[in-house]
Amino acid sequence: MSQANANNKMVLKLVAIVIGMFGFGFALVPLYDVFCDVTGINGKTENSAAVYQSVEIDESREVTVEFITRTNTGMPWEFRAETQRVKVHPGELNTVSFYVRNPASSNIVAQAIPSVSPGTAALYLNKTECFCFNQQPLDAGSEAYMPMQFYVDPQLPKEITYFTLQYTLYDVTARASDLTTKPNPFMVSGAESGK
Amino acid sequence: MKQLTNVIAKGAAAFPFLLFSHFLYAQEAAEEVSSLNLRRGATDISGQVYDLHMLMFFICVGIAVVVFGVMFASMYLHRKSRGAKPANFHENVKVEIAWTVVPFLILIFMAVPAANTLIAMEDVSEADMTVLVTGSQWKWHYKYMDSDVEYYSLLATQREQIENKFEKTDNYLLEVDRPLVIPTGQKVRFLITSDDVIHSWWVPDFAVKKDANPGFINEAWAKVNEPGIYRGQCAELCGKDHGYMPVVVIAKEPAAFEAWMSEQEDIVRQAKEEEQRLLSMNMSMDELMKEGERVYNATCAACHMPNGEGLPGVFPALKGSKLALEDQKGHIEIVLHGKSGTAMQAFNKMLSLKEIAAVVTYERNAWGNNTGDMVQAKDVNDVAMGN
Amino acid sequence: MSKATEVISPDSSVHHDEHDHHDHIPKGITRWLFTTNHKDIGTLYLWFAFIMFLVGGAMAMVIRAELFQPGLQIVEPNFFNQMTTVHGLIMVFGAVMPAFTGLANWLVPMMIGAPDMALPRMNNWSFWILPGAFLILLSSLFMEGGGPAFGWTFYAPLSTTYSGDSTALFVFSVHIMGISSIMGAINVIVTIFNMRAPGMTWMKMPLFVWTWLITAFLLIAVMPVLAGAVTMVLTDKFFGTSFFDAAGGGDPVMFQHIFWFFGHPEVYIMILPAFGIISQIVPTFSRKKLFGYASMVYATASIALLSFVVWAHHMFTTGMPVYMEMFFMFATMLISVPTGVKVFNWVATMWRGSLTFEMPMMFAIAFIVLFTIGGLSGLMLAITPVDFQYHDTYFVVAHFHYVLVTGAVFSIMAAVYYWLPKWTGKMYDTALAKWHFWCSLVSVNVLFFPMHFVGLAGMPRRIPDYALQFADFNKWISLGGFAFGLSQLIFLALLIKACRKQGEPVSAQVWDGAEGLEWEIPSPAPYHTFDTPPVVK
Repeated sequence: MSQANANNKMVLKLVAIVIGMFGFGFALVPLYDVFCDVTGINGKTENSAAVYQSVEIDESREVTVEFITRTNTGMPWEFRAETQRVKVHPGELNTVSFYVRNPASSNIVAQAIPSVSPGTAALYLNKTECFCFNQQPLDAGSEAYMPMQFYVDPQLPKEITYFTLQYTLYDVTARASDLTTKPNPFMVSGAESGK
Repeated sequence: MKQLTNVIAKGAAAFPFLLFSHFLYAQEAAEEVSSLNLRRGATDISGQVYDLHMLMFFICVGIAVVVFGVMFASMYLHRKSRGAKPANFHENVKVEIAWTVVPFLILIFMAVPAANTLIAMEDVSEADMTVLVTGSQWKWHYKYMDSDVEYYSLLATQREQIENKFEKTDNYLLEVDRPLVIPTGQKVRFLITSDDVIHSWWVPDFAVKKDANPGFINEAWAKVNEPGIYRGQCAELCGKDHGYMPVVVIAKEPAAFEAWMSEQEDIVRQAKEEEQRLLSMNMSMDELMKEGERVYNATCAACHMPNGEGLPGVFPALKGSKLALEDQKGHIEIVLHGKSGTAMQAFNKMLSLKEIAAVVTYERNAWGNNTGDMVQAKDVNDVAMGN
Repeated sequence: MSKATEVISPDSSVHHDEHDHHDHIPKGITRWLFTTNHKDIGTLYLWFAFIMFLVGGAMAMVIRAELFQPGLQIVEPNFFNQMTTVHGLIMVFGAVMPAFTGLANWLVPMMIGAPDMALPRMNNWSFWILPGAFLILLSSLFMEGGGPAFGWTFYAPLSTTYSGDSTALFVFSVHIMGISSIMGAINVIVTIFNMRAPGMTWMKMPLFVWTWLITAFLLIAVMPVLAGAVTMVLTDKFFGTSFFDAAGGGDPVMFQHIFWFFGHPEVYIMILPAFGIISQIVPTFSRKKLFGYASMVYATASIALLSFVVWAHHMFTTGMPVYMEMFFMFATMLISVPTGVKVFNWVATMWRGSLTFEMPMMFAIAFIVLFTIGGLSGLMLAITPVDFQYHDTYFVVAHFHYVLVTGAVFSIMAAVYYWLPKWTGKMYDTALAKWHFWCSLVSVNVLFFPMHFVGLAGMPRRIPDYALQFADFNKWISLGGFAFGLSQLIFLALLIKACRKQGEPVSAQVWDGAEGLEWEIPSPAPYHTFDTPPVVK
């Protein structure tokens, strides 16, 4: 094989590595998600509903779940958890209500982003119903009580007796899908809005 | 003779180390904020961290002294000008194994206490109280999770000191208008997040540094032993005033802390009542402009500049802007709720209805804007409530 | 390395080139624009790197001038952040990396007995896109809103939602720099794999060639990841993606994972060639073979491999679970073992040698001491619980400037002093060299050593103004900085004199004790060398 040929073959192999690593850089994105799903390291919870079936309730343990609600810059909604803390038994299904109100003069679509601390507890928080699974539209001046139903997996490590779930509400009207033409099912009628 | 010069060479190398360590010990004994070294701090954890740091430091100095000592000795003993003839060896299995294994063992010796301290630091369980710490450009917000009390904490150093017009006072750049207050002797849990970019909440005396990530929540904890004032800074580049958002924590004895808390709760209650009162009050143009200018310079001028011209390409001008000249409702809305996707934050929690009314009035009339508009607290409340 | 460089049939370049029609060296601007000669391209890279070093250094002077006293005297905080950002980008991508590439271009072919690099035309492109990239980056400083101001590490969302339009130019220029590095690395790998002279087996290659080979593999592995990260920043900012935006389901911490997956190997890219240079210089001036050649090769390879699994030690405060912090702490501590072995090997090379202290050796010794100090502060940083106190303070700034300035940059200067006579045929002005060395040595330590103290005392990074207790040390640091900057002008004067071919002529071997193929050819090295490969025994 001539020198030039040998060189070219090697170049092709190296370019293949370069392209592969570029792809790997992008592959890190779903890889990171998978890793976080498995280990809970960044405290993100599942995006879809869990199923509650034949989970044994562990009466011997109590876990306190604390709720924090925040709205991001530019998001004018009022947003608060009706209960700041609940004491639950792992395996037991609980419902917590979250109040939202849109005081602005335009319809707004919100996305709630959850975050759990300690991060590893996120693995054991199973939400069977959550307003964070979907974008939530709310007409101008309207309010709603959004439920979140969850159970704590009994596999939760014994050392964790307290964890915090924070929801940050973002205004995603600009990038909302066409589903926003449907009214929010949790909405209290607009006539009752205001103080 | 050779051995003597060897010893002298090693001693010469060790001297700066001895001098240096004297400084460190002297400073540590003085128990004031050292200008040379980490401080022991105010918690058990910070003391452990300090001890770990000193252990690491001395091991590293020891390694350096030995290695450089050998090298400097060689530079003296094996100089060609001294008649040295080069030897022939270029490997020695026993020595090579030794200097691979020994450093490895030193590492294990360092790793054990390090791991223990780390586990202790990351154990946030069984806290006595919780504070939610929110970073934003360029200030901190504190909320006591078991109370109504929440407030912003901004740099209190005067602009004129920064601009070298006034003499700088003692706690230059490390003072805030409303410090965080916590009790001593109790495990205080900090929940840390951000409203915009990544910040980092750092109190050196507690050995607590945790990033404030937007949309995510982190935790840290401290149990302070001694009452006192503890000062720290933001520790993650967050934009132009990253160096101007300090952290100040005051630790009080539990009884004093309880007293302070009730005082704060009273203040919150009174402020709420005042807001209600204001809804029926009207301020004069003069009052609005005066208060508005004060609020503007304290809060808005950092980005929009005292002359209202902003920073082209970065922060928009208010002077001659469409919002300030025409859309009063939009103007109030943007001050209340900010604008997502930009650096313009929501000020509805930071400024009272009266302050927002005043600053919007100011912005609509200053710098030649001259709309003649007067915005009252009730107008702001109407927009906030969606009426 | 065994006594491998006994050349059996020496290159014809000794006598024939004067009569060889190949040796018609082109003249003028077109020579430099269109050259495919590895020596010319090496010279271009080196001059470019030095100019960038001075430009980046000027930005450092602005930074130090502002930090000379507490208060804002000279620049606005927004511009200060631009200075720290562009200073970092220029030094990393414009000074250190191109300088090492320039040395690779000059030396690798000669050291392995090859006539040129494997892909000479791609070599030309690799160089010439660089000035373009930096023109784009520097011009962004003049945009409305200013240039990039988010640190060379460009964390999101500061670099996405909260940055100006100059981010687009920043991304574009980083892409070009990356392409240049990748092409250069491919060229180095193919050259070393395919063009070694007969008899030059792997374990007979000079250490500089080994370290560049391993560095080149690191480059092709991680520069594409940087390209990915920077593209994601671009799309998040301008095209509505949400890689790093929590509102859209993204995660700003993921940016840090992706960036540092590139970033940590990157810092080894910036030091491994330095290790190679020191491994060439110390044996020459000790008149003794390098101690532990094989273990040097294995140590370099282990450092490179380990560099892929330690990235999160830059992220200890981001809120990782304990077990991840433990893993990264232990893995990072482990890197100190092969690094220590290398330092011990250099000292053992000197031990019972016959030492002289010409300029290259002075810089090499300074490297060994000062890089080791930087490495030891790195070991301290690896310890997670204490890192919580060091992270994002001047302690980190001290650490990386020790390993990069008194490490990488000093090694580059050592290399220039070592091989300059080979390139020009003349000994440089040793008086100027001594002034350069001693002024630099003293000033660089006045500049960076006190940073350890202010960092420990609590001064954060990337701030234009600071509390009063940091004032005294900052004043000294700034004075050291100004002195260090001025000292480089001595180097500039020396280089200009050398390029004008002033000075005493030197022999082929130049240094008593120098071994290797590059010392078998005349000084100055002829335009074309090893057209016929030597046979190495």
